[in-house]
Amino acid sequence: MSVSTETPLQREEIRTIFEKGAPGRRAFVCPELDVPKVDGLLPDRFRRAQPPRLPEVSEPEIVRHYVRLSKRNFDLDSGFYPLGSCTMKHNPRLHERVTALPGHARLHPFQSPKRAQGALELMWNLERALAEISGLPHVSLQPSAGSHGELAGVLLARAYHEDRGQTRTKVLTPDTAHGTNPATVTMAGLEVVKVGTNPDGGVDLDDLRAKATEDVACLMLTNPNTLGVFDPNIREIADIVHGVGAVLYYDGANLNAIMGITRPGDMGFDIVHFNLHKSFTQPHGGGGPGSGPIAVSDRINPYLMNPRIVKREDGTFDLDEHGYEKSIGRLRGFQGNYGCFVRAYAYIRSLGAAGLRDASETAVLNANYLLARLGEVAEHLPLAFGRLCMHEFVLSGAPMKRELGIRTLDLAKRLLDHGHHPPTVYFPLLVDEALLIEPTETETKEALDAFADAVKAILEEAREDPEIARNAPYSTPVRRLDEAGAAKRPVIRQSLD
Amino acid sequence: MTRYTAVTDADREAMLAAIGVDSVEDLFAAIPADLRLQRPLDLPEGQPEQAVYAHLRELAERNVSAEDELTFLGGGMYDHYVPALIDMLTSRSEFLTPYTPYQPEVSQGGLQVMFEYQTAISELTALPVANASVYEGPSALASAGYLARLAQPAKRRFVISAGVHPHARETLRTYAHGFGAEVVEVPLRDGVTDPDAWAAAIEAGTGAVFVQNPNFYGAVEDVAALAAAGREAGAVVVASYDPITLGILVPPGECGVDVCVGEGQPLGNRLDFGGPSFGFFAATEAYLRRMPGRIAGETVDAEGRRGFVLTLQTREQHIRREKATSNICTAQALNALAGVVYLAWLGRRGIVELGELLLQRTHYAREALCAIDGVEPWHTQPVIREFAVTLPAPVEAVVERCAAEGVNPGLALPEENALLVAITEQRSRADIDRLADVLARALVREEVTA
Ligand SMILES: Cc1ncc(COP(=O)(O)O)c(C=O)c1O
Repeated sequence: MSVSTETPLQREEIRTIFEKGAPGRRAFVCPELDVPKVDGLLPDRFRRAQPPRLPEVSEPEIVRHYVRLSKRNFDLDSGFYPLGSCTMKHNPRLHERVTALPGHARLHPFQSPKRAQGALELMWNLERALAEISGLPHVSLQPSAGSHGELAGVLLARAYHEDRGQTRTKVLTPDTAHGTNPATVTMAGLEVVKVGTNPDGGVDLDDLRAKATEDVACLMLTNPNTLGVFDPNIREIADIVHGVGAVLYYDGANLNAIMGITRPGDMGFDIVHFNLHKSFTQPHGGGGPGSGPIAVSDRINPYLMNPRIVKREDGTFDLDEHGYEKSIGRLRGFQGNYGCFVRAYAYIRSLGAAGLRDASETAVLNANYLLARLGEVAEHLPLAFGRLCMHEFVLSGAPMKRELGIRTLDLAKRLLDHGHHPPTVYFPLLVDEALLIEPTETETKEALDAFADAVKAILEEAREDPEIARNAPYSTPVRRLDEAGAAKRPVIRQSLD
Repeated sequence: MTRYTAVTDADREAMLAAIGVDSVEDLFAAIPADLRLQRPLDLPEGQPEQAVYAHLRELAERNVSAEDELTFLGGGMYDHYVPALIDMLTSRSEFLTPYTPYQPEVSQGGLQVMFEYQTAISELTALPVANASVYEGPSALASAGYLARLAQPAKRRFVISAGVHPHARETLRTYAHGFGAEVVEVPLRDGVTDPDAWAAAIEAGTGAVFVQNPNFYGAVEDVAALAAAGREAGAVVVASYDPITLGILVPPGECGVDVCVGEGQPLGNRLDFGGPSFGFFAATEAYLRRMPGRIAGETVDAEGRRGFVLTLQTREQHIRREKATSNICTAQALNALAGVVYLAWLGRRGIVELGELLLQRTHYAREALCAIDGVEPWHTQPVIREFAVTLPAPVEAVVERCAAEGVNPGLALPEENALLVAITEQRSRADIDRLADVLARALVREEVTA
């Protein structure tokens, strides 16, 4: 007799919502037509011949379908999620409650500012708080995510130079930069120039000096960078860049390391974007929503996006649509992802100055502790740069691959069987077989220990039999998936024929 | 320790010992001393949960929401009913708290949702390729511009109808200044894109043309005719649609549109003072490899089970970097989930019935308002869910008078002295009658005082 090792989730037959239901079923009951019916309101040539083939399902079917789907997800509320660069910290449920209050949730974006004073005050307060945290006085909350904030920033740098009659075409980005940085530069019509990394994980100053020419518009930098290394030469970097008349852009994705400890504005940056969904804890939603406000220095201020929130002398707030004639304009509709502002503001009010600093200190402590615990397997997974780290660190799986015959990918997949979400893998690109690990401040020491123990166990197991990790995972709803096949013959929607 | 952290003094001591440093301070040694902030941040002191709740509630109460007044505001976001099951599903930890599905084996739920969402958007638009969401409506339109710019690098002229949402027109201009395209605007004639001016504006060097349907003023555009003019010149035809109308409107895929984008908020997303919502992005097969953003695709696992992954990632910033088709990373997955659940909830017949209801009520409302002395239709084109009327008194003052009576009559368009009035299934005939009554009285009083 053989016993199947398939789990119930693995046995489940996968059907999409479009393959469920039956003609005639419904969840929506349309309000009755309470006005006289008039024919011919929409000319025939504008009329759709066949209704879109949406599902025909009852409410219980919808609920069951999506609840079952939800069980095929790993999530932060259920387990450790050390996805480097993403700051997967706990999402307080208070934030969901206050965001859902009708005064926030059902407020129309075209409501007159007179009747949206609470919202504008909240946004004003959040702007002030972000200005204080970044050390840069002027804030626009508008961008929808980090990369959107980057686009704002590069366009602002461009506008600043254009206003001075200068055409600067280049943007310097270190080779450790996140992919959104170079992608943004091209989108903003400028050209990427890569700057190298020195043996300590910081910017290669000689390379920077060589590339900092008069046609450079700005340098985009993350500090601490994506290696988890704080660049101690930041003053000098700023001097070199400012020396050729370029501006400094701070990718604030790693702000969680430095809140209340040091400020981009004080380091010499002119523009910074925040990832509210990271540092200021928004639920990540399976890939958004996010929010990417930017803060800028006085010299960049005239070009900031419209509209602006203004505080009038009588203490009331208003939206100024066209106040700044040199503005680069809008980057999206309305005022930004307000629901994210409510959450970020609630977070800042909950923690206050001391709590934010504590969050950063604890994030760095947790990261260093986990790094120390993983130091027990440094022969296989050495730290790529430095000895200590900030809020995250990068290990290289190259020795592990060489000596144990398993790749970083295999380690990641085997971690799934241990109930942990793997770190970010194969990023940053300059580290071979990279694992970028960011535990965040909201994890307990026990959780960090459990993760370190799992990594150790996997390495030990690999020494015995690398095949186990190479074929992992085993316990997840599906086993390893054929990604190459998916890309070769893309099937990106349910066939309805 | 805050209420969200858990390091006790004993923990800290043990952790520092393991690290081999004496204090937390030592961990920050890389930060030059003169760059350390020598004072606490100047922020209000942290507060317990109940105090933060009270503060946020107090702020909420100083907003007049759709709960507090009878609102006819629209102009891109609409007060549709959001069914309770959406709140329930979007607040489940498993959907709410993971990130982008980088590890597909433990993200099958989210990936399948994306796949279903893409299917739903393809069905609505009759376009075969849809991504898993972009930020929101106006930036979706601007991203379509970037697609066109990369597809036809030599063609740097964009032509956009004045009927496109003003925020979308502005956003396109901001983006286009960056990636290098000139934006030419074509005016309306009787509420729709002037076909002669449109044809005249489109030249051989036109890379893309942009229309919106129904347009910002509620008018149904002849998209097929406008698209034909664009196609003839070899331009990428981009159309922005209100998805709620696609139950009854000829879908863009049957009108010669290459790229259809739009604001997804009407599909099961809250107003939230403008966001987060989602933007949808669909295109013809030809643009599959030029799409921005995430795309979920179907595949199988090592044992032949059906599964889903992020696919065609060689378009994206994390692989292609400066050569990527877009810089987007974090998008709006949770809002897109609400969108597809809403579409399943409406269903195949529901989306048609809802469109029909809006069509009839909107017509009724237009007639009711135009029966008031001095109120005229701003245009006479067919409308589905929104229309504009001109007023015999200053629109902003009239709006204030109505608001004082608990009715928000719509969006004031001061340049045209017009009012843009939106109808949803939540606005009954009785509500519309009340609007007409309040507006009529406001106009009388405003004319008397004026
Ligand atoms: C270092 C860094 N920069 C920029 C970004 C882009 O942010 P978003 O995903 O919000 O667009 C990320 C996000 O993953 C990041 O880690």
